[in-house]
Amino acid sequence: MIPPNFEYHRPATVDEAVGLLTSLGSEAKILAGGHSLLPMMKLRFAMPEHLVDINRIPELSGVSVVGDDIVIGAMTTENAVIADPILNEKVPLLPEAAKLIADPQVRNRGTIGGDIAHGDPANDHPALALACDAVMTVVGPEGARQIPASEFFLGTYWTALNDDDILTAITVKAFPNGAGFSYRKLKRKTGDWATAACAVVVALSGGSVSHIRITLTNLGPTAIRAHDAEAVLSGQTVTDELIKQAAEKAMAICDPAEDLRGDVEYKTAMAGQMVQRAIAEALSRAN
Amino acid sequence: MAKQIVKMTLNGQQIEQLVDSRTLLVHFLREQMNLTGAHIGCETSQCGACTIDIDGESVKACTHLAVQCDGSDVKTVEGLAENGVLHPVQEAFYEEHGLQCGYCTPGMLMRSYRFLQENPNPTEDEIRTGISGNLCRCTGYQNIIKAVQSAATKLQDNETASA
Repeated sequence: MIPPNFEYHRPATVDEAVGLLTSLGSEAKILAGGHSLLPMMKLRFAMPEHLVDINRIPELSGVSVVGDDIVIGAMTTENAVIADPILNEKVPLLPEAAKLIADPQVRNRGTIGGDIAHGDPANDHPALALACDAVMTVVGPEGARQIPASEFFLGTYWTALNDDDILTAITVKAFPNGAGFSYRKLKRKTGDWATAACAVVVALSGGSVSHIRITLTNLGPTAIRAHDAEAVLSGQTVTDELIKQAAEKAMAICDPAEDLRGDVEYKTAMAGQMVQRAIAEALSRAN
Repeated sequence: MAKQIVKMTLNGQQIEQLVDSRTLLVHFLREQMNLTGAHIGCETSQCGACTIDIDGESVKACTHLAVQCDGSDVKTVEGLAENGVLHPVQEAFYEEHGLQCGYCTPGMLMRSYRFLQENPNPTEDEIRTGISGNLCRCTGYQNIIKAVQSAATKLQDNETASA
């Protein structure tokens, strides 16, 4: 399988890349890690006339601390996320979850920004971004703007990005002191997308829940934040019964697509299991 | 569509070639450079038979463009042996019979070669995770694991000997 032909561009700066996207219009696609785009091109699901390769733009990679913010360059690879000392210390959910994405070779190419910008509900970073209250930095012809994760994912393969925008960074805050976290992902094999997955971040104050995020992967047209499930636990001293109630609230908003991983009933049931396990693990790590 | 010139170091040699922008690295290696070690298995980055090394990282060459390698240092299984002497990883796969049909072997060798530089003294679990992007449909992996363990010992012995 060989992709259809295209013109290849390799800008050295974000400005140059935005200039290319602006002049080439909707016929251009950004090439990040390429592990979603190239397979789609092979199958002719995507046939861009121009590829703008942003792999050689140094400012797009790496993790830095700016004040209270942790800024993750969009082209930071999954393996770089896994290895990054700042993320491991301050937002350990991201490196732990990245280990569950694809396989070692693919993680050398796949990027956090590509995973988010693709808008695929099966990708893991959208739910993780929601769980971390991430803010996307997007650069377009008019300059840079910030879009919270909660307003970024609009539908399947549909995000707040315009054709001439580049997602340049994902900004998160350090977890609250003593926060617990978990990402539970049911998958059939290494490299597969989630049958169902759940991210949880929880902080306790005097034994009751002072901060909680529960988000879901591949259980609807986009990643989903389970607000009603969070409300069950918020302010409470958590019991097994409350965890079950939260899982039921999360299952109620699941709308997974039936595929070879299972039918709607199975995936929704597995979502309930992943939510329960993720809450329990996150709580066990919180103090 | 214009062709592109790519310059890269391929198995230690400087090369300059004209490629279509759409040419996948694995096709470039096999068809243009006649290096047929990297195999085409699934073509969807699942199986790892096309695993090669780019700038010190394992990459699946079926999901990477040749033009993206401009300026890179690329190593294929053909570059593992030096002066006709097998690399310790190759020697270990030979001795431990870490293969049956051999289709996955070039990818297994290239991944093991890189993995043992990332983690020179791995546990069995770490080996299994480290080569989890490479599928073998024959061996059941047992002898492949033994081969990687044996290669780790060989490489560490070499290290000690040269120290």
